[in-house]
Amino acid sequence: MKALVSVKRVVDYNVRIQVKPDGSGVVTDGVKFSMNPFDEIAMEEAVRLKEKGKITEIIAVTIGGAKCEETLRTALAFGADRAVHVKEEGDIQPLTAAKALAAVFKKEGANLFLLGKQAIDDDANQTGQMVAALLDLPQATFASKVELEAAKVTVTREVDAGLETLELDLPAIVTTDLRLNEPRYLKLPDIMKAKKKPLEAISFESLGVTAAAGLKTAKVSAPPKRSKGVMVKTVDELVSALKAKGLV
Amino acid sequence: MSKILVIGEISDGKLNAGTAKVMAAATAIGGEVTIALLGADVAAAAEGASKLAGVSKVLKVERAENAHILAATFAPQIVELSKGYSHVLFPGTAFGKDIAPRVAAKLDVQQVSDIMAVHGASSFDRPTYAGNAILTVDAPAESTIVATVRLASFTAVAEGGSAAIEAASTSAVLPTHTRFVKLEAQKSERPDLQAANKVVSGGRALGSADAFKIIYSFADKLGAAVGASRAAVDSGYVPNDLQVGQTGKIIAPELYFAIGISGAIQHLAGIKDARTIVAINKDPEAPIFEIADYGLVGDLFSVVPEMESKV
Ligand SMILES: Cc1cc2nc3c(=O)[nH]c(=O)nc-3n(C[C@H](O)[C@H](O)[C@H](O)COP(=O)(O)OP(=O)(O)OC[C@H]3O[C@@H](n4cnc5c(N)ncnc54)[C@H](O)[C@@H]3O)c2cc1C
Ligand SMILES: Nc1ncnc2c1ncn2[C@@H]1O[C@H](COP(=O)(O)O)[C@@H](O)[C@H]1O
Repeated sequence: MKALVSVKRVVDYNVRIQVKPDGSGVVTDGVKFSMNPFDEIAMEEAVRLKEKGKITEIIAVTIGGAKCEETLRTALAFGADRAVHVKEEGDIQPLTAAKALAAVFKKEGANLFLLGKQAIDDDANQTGQMVAALLDLPQATFASKVELEAAKVTVTREVDAGLETLELDLPAIVTTDLRLNEPRYLKLPDIMKAKKKPLEAISFESLGVTAAAGLKTAKVSAPPKRSKGVMVKTVDELVSALKAKGLV
Repeated sequence: MSKILVIGEISDGKLNAGTAKVMAAATAIGGEVTIALLGADVAAAAEGASKLAGVSKVLKVERAENAHILAATFAPQIVELSKGYSHVLFPGTAFGKDIAPRVAAKLDVQQVSDIMAVHGASSFDRPTYAGNAILTVDAPAESTIVATVRLASFTAVAEGGSAAIEAASTSAVLPTHTRFVKLEAQKSERPDLQAANKVVSGGRALGSADAFKIIYSFADKLGAAVGASRAAVDSGYVPNDLQVGQTGKIIAPELYFAIGISGAIQHLAGIKDARTIVAINKDPEAPIFEIADYGLVGDLFSVVPEMESKV
């Protein structure tokens, strides 16, 4: 049983995002990047499934420029057996990413595809669903529990009403939510070992993929700022302020 | 002129309140609006949808296989229904987020996620980086625009319409590779988090599910919905569907209480549109105070019961 896991290099979740004054984008120079947190969860899940003997091989894949190799090395340190780098510079929008990922999934003949539910840079929450559509495969988004068997996977999903359980025939596409697991801390020996694991670079061309027409960003702006309000000293002061505004 | 197809969401047999907010976005785009409802029996929801202002037509797509919402079976039907429409809009809920990209990919278009403002028929604002950078995007006008609507950014349209309700059928062949097993719904008499005027949220500081009762009790006194930070959900104090934030629910109540919540950017992403934010935290340096309209430094275990007795 082969699992494919996609990992995206994004601005670290702790960074305070600054919009460039000319509205052309956000400041990324000198900013820390890391693996998208939801993809760490996807990696962790794949590794746990392998540790349980349910998966025999984990392949990590990313699409992006040269620096994304770091992210793949992180995935290898988590426990991926090998990595595929779809080397493409520039803005890769979800449908384009999905086309490339679907092609890699097919080429590798994988049985399970684990993706993050959302990349915390574009916050699109689309790619996994699009891969499933392109391949006409089952999907379970927002997974908080994954039980893998020989021919099917049972997934518990976080939906607005609570928790939903679906059963999917393999091959299947699963996107991860926060409660699925807590990713491990990477240890130095694993990081060292990752340097020697196989990493293959390929292109859209070799996958037969062309970038889909995209959305054009006309401008990027900072959200309206909420200003600091007043500090009250007592509950009485708070309650009378809220009463005066008719809020309580 | 735009021809807009709104995919309505049904919860417990009735039209979900989010659909009226998607209608507001559709109205801002302008044009003729049809609401499609998929289910095994959508009569009650169709009734509700037909009354929304601005709706020209309601399509009922009833089929036994639609008894459970599955992206794999809903998407091909919606793709078929979308023929001739310029826009297909979904609510930005777990329902919409699950299905819309599957429809977009089949139509070979990029999706616009979380529309928060409409500038024209193909120009929209959407949030990125947990709402810290707003993109104004132009979608190619010549192809169908598939989008989800960020519900917290729109005010529901009024009732007063009386659109015709029509049955529609599709010939889509539905896959059987995905099967519904069960739904463990959190039944609650409290107001719905996404629709409530007032929300009281608790964080890690509560320390246990038992201690969280003081949040519920205060919320009940106010007639408020209960929310939580990720830390409170991860620690098991409350169920996952109460999480507010970038990756939880995005809400816009009149009044929001953040109690024992530090104010991480991911949490703030969910409450940016709240009218009035009240923060209670024992740490005067907590980032939540930077954005709160009213801040009170104190121990929540004494402050919350005192508030409850005085409101
Ligand atoms: C990819 C990703 C997505 C995320 N999505 C979300 C999301 O959607 N929603 C979300 O909330 N978080 C989200 N987070 C987590 C977020 O970064 C924070 O970790 C989380 O919000 C912290 O929760 P908290 O404020 O309850 O806990 P803490 O940060 O631990 O804060 C607890 C606060 O309680 C105060 N306190 C302690 N005791 C008392 C007392 N007795 N009385 C009063 N105050 C007290 C402390 O001073 C502190 O400020 C996400 C993180 C990642 C990486
Ligand atoms: N360029 C990329 N490289 C690798 N994985 C990606 C890329 N873009 C999206 N993904 C995957 O798709 C998930 C959802 O991304 P998005 O739809 O952009 O929110 C991410 O968590 C990744 O697993």
